[in-house]
Amino acid sequence: MAQINMAQALNRALRDAMTDDPNVVVFGEDVGPYGGVFTVTDGLTAQFGEDRCFDSPLAESGIVGTAVGMAMYGMRPVVEMQFDAFAYPAFEQITSHVAKMRNRTRGKVALPMVIRIPYGGGIGGVEHHGDSSEAYYTHTPGLTVVTPGTTADAYSLLRAAIESPDPVIFMEPKSRYWTRADLQLPARTDPMNRAVVRRTGQDVTLISYGSTVQTCMETADAAKEEGWDVEVIDLRSLAPLDEDTVCASVRKTGRAVVVHESSVFSGYGAEVVATVTEKCFHWLEAPVLRVGGFDVPYPPKDLEEHQLPHPDRILDTIARLQWEDQ
Amino acid sequence: MKSIEASPELMLPGRKPIQLVDENGSAVGDLPDERVLRSLHRGMVLGRRFNRQATALTKQGRLAVYPSSVGQEACEVGATLALEDNDWLFPTYRDTVAVVTRGVPAAETLTLLRGNWHSGYDPYEHRVAPLCTPLSTNGPHAVGLAHAARLRGDSLAVLVFMGDGATSEGDAHEAFNFAAVFNAPVVFFIQNNQWAISVPLAKQSKAPTLAHKAIGYGMPGHHVDGNDAAAVYTVVSEALARARAGHGPSIVEGLTYRVDPHTNSDDTNRYRDPSDAEPWRASDPIIRFNRLLGVDESAYAEEADRMMAELRAEMNKDAHVDPDELFEHVYAEPTPRLRTQRAALRAELAADRGEA
Repeated sequence: MAQINMAQALNRALRDAMTDDPNVVVFGEDVGPYGGVFTVTDGLTAQFGEDRCFDSPLAESGIVGTAVGMAMYGMRPVVEMQFDAFAYPAFEQITSHVAKMRNRTRGKVALPMVIRIPYGGGIGGVEHHGDSSEAYYTHTPGLTVVTPGTTADAYSLLRAAIESPDPVIFMEPKSRYWTRADLQLPARTDPMNRAVVRRTGQDVTLISYGSTVQTCMETADAAKEEGWDVEVIDLRSLAPLDEDTVCASVRKTGRAVVVHESSVFSGYGAEVVATVTEKCFHWLEAPVLRVGGFDVPYPPKDLEEHQLPHPDRILDTIARLQWEDQ
Repeated sequence: MKSIEASPELMLPGRKPIQLVDENGSAVGDLPDERVLRSLHRGMVLGRRFNRQATALTKQGRLAVYPSSVGQEACEVGATLALEDNDWLFPTYRDTVAVVTRGVPAAETLTLLRGNWHSGYDPYEHRVAPLCTPLSTNGPHAVGLAHAARLRGDSLAVLVFMGDGATSEGDAHEAFNFAAVFNAPVVFFIQNNQWAISVPLAKQSKAPTLAHKAIGYGMPGHHVDGNDAAAVYTVVSEALARARAGHGPSIVEGLTYRVDPHTNSDDTNRYRDPSDAEPWRASDPIIRFNRLLGVDESAYAEEADRMMAELRAEMNKDAHVDPDELFEHVYAEPTPRLRTQRAALRAELAADRGEA
């Protein structure tokens, strides 16, 4: 076992994918000799050459559109959007072409490509460096959207995303890049389209993904003191949503809170709440609640602590789940 | 001979559009051989008939909409016939004549505009990307495919069509720049028909010509008489050969005119004087070739009649659509949610039919 962090696990995933499949190419802004602003592509150009890992001009729509053409020709491009908000110029290419090409061509043209997007706050970044943009993508049919909550999953999910026959939006929780774990790689975890129970509990289910999985684990520890036995689900795949795993848990506990960084209005949690309400209504002891960011533009560094979910706020929310009715 | 890289002024287009056959049908430059000239003539005559037939099909309710390229056939046919079998074509929605010229069956080409699916042909069979509606977004795709081919050591070039309006879009800029930086084997054919629906070229760009944009990216730009099929064919052929040989991308602007409305549902009287189109009707690309070759459209009338009869017969059949197919090509495998939705739609349709 070795101590490695999430950025290193992602780097190893790219390295192993490029070794196994000569069609895998990596490109984007600063991903070449520099190795990416989060070091995820560190050393790839040196190991595989400039034809396999290269810097592109600074233009996200061009990067994604170029990847579309490369995938049409049989390659498996993995492109990096440097930050969440920097991916917005590529939105038309992603929603009008990446997501639709298979459908438009009746399955004749598949686009096996991965768009890596570091997302979320918590790193004291300046404006435009802290957005949680996942719901823009999950709302688009044709896209697979995944996000790792653990270092082990970072490796495994990225390998699976690159192997997928469909385009994958791979969202990397940037506040967790330096989270270390004891890992022996290569090692695969669960299939890409499955949610996993990170911690079992009987009283309430916390449903989360990305950076807030760890926050929920910390909350579960603290909840013991309050007498609550908390179950934590890491969704991993946001589109498709593993409804079976979520519903099995909620039917057991009867209470659920969805936790994510992004603003709650029209956020991803709304979809989870709707699904749980529709499928688990008769098992629910209380309305399903959400803990997320306020409905404000992502705040500056000195205020972000108020925006991000934290254990106290999650515990307060758990406390509102109508326990007095029991 | 000075290299283009060493002499940026060589990237600039000439003072006048390149012309090999003038409006009177007289040769004014070195023409392609007779066989090519006849192919260009035939392609344009069949293309014109296709344009007319497709517009007629909209009036009969057999096509939802049709963006005509009447008057632009020298661009559509001249540029496309310059392609070799191994090359790729990335068309826009107005380039159905180019797609048919490439060999895609007419009815498959019209699927998008008929509305029974989005794209009706297999892009790999003919090396033709789907007709692209969002303007200039096909540019980066063409660059990517060309770059991938170059990385693999495959010898081919990619021809991508754009209109004058599309050059205002950000993706046109990004595609031009990526192509130049990657030295990708791409030819950007800007079909300047001078109208983006109701907005004239003067409100689209202040560039001396659209071909002048090329020097800003470090690639050659050529300004061509877009109603002269011989000039379009020759200049695009040279640009494609240059790309295949590893010398990088080019922009070729074909100056032409959108004689017809934007589509059958557009009314040009709301934004331009009918007399504006008259000079362009006079410089019609087919009339020019009739004069050059001493034969008129009737030389291909029988073939055109047969093709149009086949197209009409195909389009007059009710298109087969299958509601199940809605769910089939969203992902390689339908997700559980899509399977549930497919079952719900099946049940709804069964109930409509009075089945239990």
